[in-house]
Amino acid sequence: MSKDKKVQVTAIENGTVIDHIPADSLFKIVRILRLESEINKVTFGTNLESKVMGKKAIIKINDRYCEQEEVNRIAIIAPMSIVNTIKNFDVVEKRKVVIPDSIEGFVKCGNPKCITNNEPVKTSFSIIKSEDITFKCRYCEKNTYQSEMILIK
Amino acid sequence: MEKKNLISITDFSKEEIIRITELAADFEQNPHQKLLEGKVIASLFFEPSTRTRLSFESAMNRLGARVIGFSDTTNTSVSKGETLHDTILTISNYCDMIVMRHSLEGAPRYASEVSKIPIVNAGDGANQHPSQTLLDLYSIKKTQGTLDGIKIMMIGDLKYGRTVHSLLEALSHFNAEFIFVSPEELSMPMEYKNGLTDKGLKFTEKREIGEEINSADIVYMTRVQRERFTDHMEYERVKNAYVLRNSMLANTKENMRILHPLPRVNEIDPDVDSNPKAYYFEQTENGVYTRMAIISYLLGVKK
Ligand SMILES: [Zn+2]
Repeated sequence: MSKDKKVQVTAIENGTVIDHIPADSLFKIVRILRLESEINKVTFGTNLESKVMGKKAIIKINDRYCEQEEVNRIAIIAPMSIVNTIKNFDVVEKRKVVIPDSIEGFVKCGNPKCITNNEPVKTSFSIIKSEDITFKCRYCEKNTYQSEMILIK
Repeated sequence: MEKKNLISITDFSKEEIIRITELAADFEQNPHQKLLEGKVIASLFFEPSTRTRLSFESAMNRLGARVIGFSDTTNTSVSKGETLHDTILTISNYCDMIVMRHSLEGAPRYASEVSKIPIVNAGDGANQHPSQTLLDLYSIKKTQGTLDGIKIMMIGDLKYGRTVHSLLEALSHFNAEFIFVSPEELSMPMEYKNGLTDKGLKFTEKREIGEEINSADIVYMTRVQRERFTDHMEYERVKNAYVLRNSMLANTKENMRILHPLPRVNEIDPDVDSNPKAYYFEQTENGVYTRMAIISYLLGVKK
């Protein structure tokens, strides 16, 4: 039996499978989907072989279906991810993630003199979809680029 | 009436910018208009700035409002660690408007979300200082008769100078033409130049003041600060290239006026002061009328 055919991570009956995550982005996505406080069963796989991406990661969340708004947050980290909805062991829907127009929380403003880095103020950005995704802070009006982006703990 | 704030120059439309300059002209003609008798305005300077504070408070007093507030945070609850949220929420219950200056960028935008009353940004760090921009525009309109089609030469620190960025954004509504004169390290950021290109507006970039000054309607000076340079030798090499001297003004246009947000250090030689084209001190007087216009417009006593 070839390695490709082997099931690398156990299949789930109902829920969401997020595939094509770059292996090094897995833990960022765990954080952005708040999976550390998820009550359903969650399975992670990382450093899995992928013909297209080299090493990939996969996340399986049992018995939970994700809203488009929620999955779009993944796009700011891993725009190539695919979100599969699973019902009765079958993939019933495959969704691409879409970079949202704005995001609240999760991302830290790159400007140390910004109010959001000095007072308990939730961050808020409008997103400019350029080659390097740009986050324009609603408060200090400065740009933070995806290449230098830090997630809020 | 929906609450209106002035946090960033982009909060005002082209029509509103024009309206503020008209109201400022009206207040200059007739400064004794006690339109705000019985109103209380808070002047909250979390970061000290005597010039801006006195200009605002003069405007409030001339309009007949009572002024409360602080000129720095010593002996206030802020120095005891109160959050901005709580300070603004509390003080907004005492008054009809808050004018605030803060060293943290975005503080006034956040305050405007907390407060039920209008917030005016009197400067937030390196971010915005919209009343300065509006007084610059009023000064341009007053000296040129119009805001349309002005050719403006901006000299000095065009990278970090918040006043030049806001003025550029505001003048973009009025078909202006720009000449940027700065050292390489302090040149106008790409995002602003791209913005002009998108709007089809003309600009040129120079490393020296040169002959181009003779075609300008407005010369807008800013200070080149040593701290902005990573290479201090470079600062020593370039610093004198951005000093304006009276001898450079001989062939400039009759209507040309020199503006500067002040305080000046050495970027305008004192021999320019007596030239009728030097306008930077009159510019400060225009600040009071402009601030009267902003306050009365936001409080709805002038439409
Ligand atoms: Zn910010």
